[in-house]
Amino acid sequence: MLRGLWKLTWLEIKIFVREPLGVIGTVGIPVLIFVVFGRLLGSQVRQVSPGVPRVVSVDLPILASILITASTVLSLIAIIAIYREGGILRRLRATPLRPYTILTAHVLVKLLFTAVTLAAMLLAGRRIYAVDADVPLVSFTLALLLSTVSILSLGFLIASIVPTARFAQPLGALILYPMLGVSGLFAPVGSLPPALQAVARALPFTYAVSLLRGIWHGEGWSAHAGDVAILSVMFLLFTAVSARVFRWE
Amino acid sequence: MTEWLPANVTREPVIRVASVRKTYGRTVAVDDVSFDVQSGEIFGLIGPNGAGKTTTMECVDGLRTPDRGLISVLGLDPRRHVYALQERIGVQLQEAQLQKRIKVREAVGLWSSLYRNPVDGDRLIEQLGLGDKRNAWFMTLSGGQKQRLFIALALINDPELVFLDELTTGLDPQARRAIWDLVRGIRQRGKTVFLTTHLMEEAERLCDRVAIIDHGRIVDIGTPAELVQRHCPERTVIIVIEDSTAADRFRAIPQVRSVRSEGAQLTIHGVGSDLVTHVIQCLAEHRMRVIDFRTEFPTLEDVFLKLTGHMIRD
Repeated sequence: MLRGLWKLTWLEIKIFVREPLGVIGTVGIPVLIFVVFGRLLGSQVRQVSPGVPRVVSVDLPILASILITASTVLSLIAIIAIYREGGILRRLRATPLRPYTILTAHVLVKLLFTAVTLAAMLLAGRRIYAVDADVPLVSFTLALLLSTVSILSLGFLIASIVPTARFAQPLGALILYPMLGVSGLFAPVGSLPPALQAVARALPFTYAVSLLRGIWHGEGWSAHAGDVAILSVMFLLFTAVSARVFRWE
Repeated sequence: MTEWLPANVTREPVIRVASVRKTYGRTVAVDDVSFDVQSGEIFGLIGPNGAGKTTTMECVDGLRTPDRGLISVLGLDPRRHVYALQERIGVQLQEAQLQKRIKVREAVGLWSSLYRNPVDGDRLIEQLGLGDKRNAWFMTLSGGQKQRLFIALALINDPELVFLDELTTGLDPQARRAIWDLVRGIRQRGKTVFLTTHLMEEAERLCDRVAIIDHGRIVDIGTPAELVQRHCPERTVIIVIEDSTAADRFRAIPQVRSVRSEGAQLTIHGVGSDLVTHVIQCLAEHRMRVIDFRTEFPTLEDVFLKLTGHMIRD
């Protein structure tokens, strides 16, 4: 039963917006990276140019989108840690609110801000990176939301590991950012050493990058059914494991 | 032949706890704890920090699962019927917080939306003296205001039974007294209150009955007066009097155990609730002129020391 879900979600949105630093961190930074890189590179953006890494030329929208996801997940980890340490989760649990309602509300808030950040990024970057008619924006947004949901469920696992609210953000970053390193965003997965390739294949970021890149370049869903399937399975898996190991206090 | 019993005897206790045990790893937090809480009373679980008060309370309100023992709350099993129970109880948790930037009005609104039959949230905010803090963020409230908000949240579903865990810890004496009045108000509305405290004064002034718990075990249960009577029957009367014959006259009273004199001040120790009456009668009989007269009664603090061998703040 989802009694209280909308009310709690709406409240959490308002509470999130009341903290300016959190909004700047999750919404501002990916947009800033997109705009700054775009400006610096000027016309070199969108084509493979010598001396410019592919990740900031052709893949700039993918990089920025993945950063949106990463900062969203980090902010979820931090919020869960703070709520746990402050006894807020404990207090909410002592009401008819079901535990999963509390967590679903947070996921919804995070997804909303993912979509908002993506929109802000595309608006701010319009001049550098005029989005062509052939970029399927709706599909791309859906792909980003699916990727985010999958990685958020991993975030709940990480949130169970972090010992205190103070370590949540740095520890979360320490776990998440190396995952980005092997995601295929900076170097093709195939060019990595075999051990790292194996790691990459076990992580959701790899499939998120492949899906986002494909959709952005107009490859269509059917070409990436595998990515969608794996991200969905990972979501179910991480959610099931989190449900077992999640700590409320 | 239950029909011959008076109504209050047949009435089911609101809370029934029997032989409950709870361990964390190898630490035994609560061991063989049993007690009943009757309808309409303020029942206090008192003991030092770490004695097992919170663990016991959280087993009763369904937040924890005991390893052994039986618990029945309003006729329900708090583990199996936790959501049904939550509709009928109100809970204030020790050291709980809310979101830093949630407004008082929003917290009360959220809680109202979670229950089937909530009371009027705005009226509740007024009743608890938070009317001018309606739009204040939680983080800006004082300790007393936060506790009053938590009481409001515990009362939002018009519960039959209210759990209050260390309600006044960390509050200044003035805020503490205000909270005590609120708790008495809850009882006046016909609700049952189950609270924990490590403050003996709080237990003495607020509770109809108390259970003393130490190292996870219940040491004794009764009204504060009963416990004092049972374990610390000693009374002390201190009289300042300029009459050299007085000390011997008091010694003649059968209930008096000793009389110590320091200058004009006599300290009379004895037992029994009528010691003071006897002393006053003796004074009147011999028409002695008294300069000062006061009595010292043992408190729950003394009972606790006697029963456990240590002070509650150790």
